[in-house]
Amino acid sequence: MNNKLIHWFKYASPQSFYPLAGKMIPWFWGLAAAFGVVGLWLSFFVAPTDAQQGEGYRIIFVHVPASWMSMFIYLVLAAWAGLGLALNTRLSGMMASALAPTGALMAFLALWTGAFWGKPMWGTWWVWDARITSELILFFLYLGFIALQAAIDDPRRADKAGAILALVGVVNVPIIYFSVKWWNTLHQGSSVSVGKSSMAVTMLWGMLFMALCFWMYSIAVALMRVRAIILEREAHTEWVKELNEVKS
Amino acid sequence: MNAVLAVIRRDLLLAMRRKSEVLTALFFFVIVTSLFPLGIGPEPALLKKIAPGVLWVAALLATMLGLQRMFAADHADGTLEQMVLSPTPLGLLVGGKIAAHWMLSGLPLVLLAPVLGLQFDLDVGALGVLMLALLLGTPLLSLIGAIGAALTLGLRGGGVLLSLLVLPLYVPALIFGAGAVEAHIAGLGAGGHLSLLAALLALAAFFAPWATTAALRIALE
Repeated sequence: MNNKLIHWFKYASPQSFYPLAGKMIPWFWGLAAAFGVVGLWLSFFVAPTDAQQGEGYRIIFVHVPASWMSMFIYLVLAAWAGLGLALNTRLSGMMASALAPTGALMAFLALWTGAFWGKPMWGTWWVWDARITSELILFFLYLGFIALQAAIDDPRRADKAGAILALVGVVNVPIIYFSVKWWNTLHQGSSVSVGKSSMAVTMLWGMLFMALCFWMYSIAVALMRVRAIILEREAHTEWVKELNEVKS
Repeated sequence: MNAVLAVIRRDLLLAMRRKSEVLTALFFFVIVTSLFPLGIGPEPALLKKIAPGVLWVAALLATMLGLQRMFAADHADGTLEQMVLSPTPLGLLVGGKIAAHWMLSGLPLVLLAPVLGLQFDLDVGALGVLMLALLLGTPLLSLIGAIGAALTLGLRGGGVLLSLLVLPLYVPALIFGAGAVEAHIAGLGAGGHLSLLAALLALAAFFAPWATTAALRIALE
């Protein structure tokens, strides 16, 4: 009976996860490309020109998915970190550190595209608005996580210390968000909400496809990075020395 | 409880034997706040406007100065390991150390802030709110900072790293702390900000010693 179930914990070991990740990477790249093509086509050719903002609004198709991913990746990172602390699995910590650079990149991208969008629309590169500020602080949290892990030589301690920081951060993110929200708000209200949406339907689809593209891209690069981390950390083991790509 | 008091007493005694460390942070606070008028200009209206923010940012930075030493000496001479092994829960002992850190770095700031506030032309009511906000906020700074201090224990470049980790987490304290004084000056009443600050303090008092303990155990592994 038990034999029919997939033994998920089998893949908690770097040795068995390494080839699995290798097999999954092309699929996620393929999905990212497919969603990207559809998303870009929808966002550039199908979505109508915005009545108020003209063509400039089209940066939303990069800006919003990037900021969604930056927040989502932090949650995933914290979940991996918590899993690593609770179950003491090595792979969880590796996944958390593999996700951090992508999350930081997404946060940076969200800020950068936001600045490009803000200049023509609001006439300024930067405002101290609640969402922008909390995105900036999220970026700092990512940098802190990466810096802490980089400062610790022992990878196991780096994983665990990073995990605690990620969990403290994830408790703090909503507090920071609401504190800056009450502090100042100028950002346009959320354009997307369940049930009622103030956007054209095609715009929404374009954004969703772009978000899926970003999501698949994030998974693909995180898996590539975790493979590199596995090779680095397990370099002393027999199975790594037996790998074809290592031998050649 | 006796153990907690003993930890607090010991840390205070150690600090009193080496007063310079405590005084350095205090003078840092005084000097930083005095630099702002020199950089910005002496107009009373402007100074009054920036006073809450300047005093709070200076308080954050002054608290940071002492954070790195919170566990460093105990880690170096093995006291920390004895604390981990002792029958008293580590969380309580850590709570004692955090309390001692606050008495040495936070409380003096609270007492000194009104004097510095006078330089910025704050009236008596605003000074009272400032003191109250700092009284609620500085323990919060010590509590959150303790997590960072435990995480960076014994690391290269720990000081700079510590500020990178902890300062983003200080944002809510800064917003509500400085906001309380600003709201009072604007005539809106500081009650809401102070209540939120107190809520954050309660939350941190519950979770921070626990997270600090976990971080210390990892550092000592």
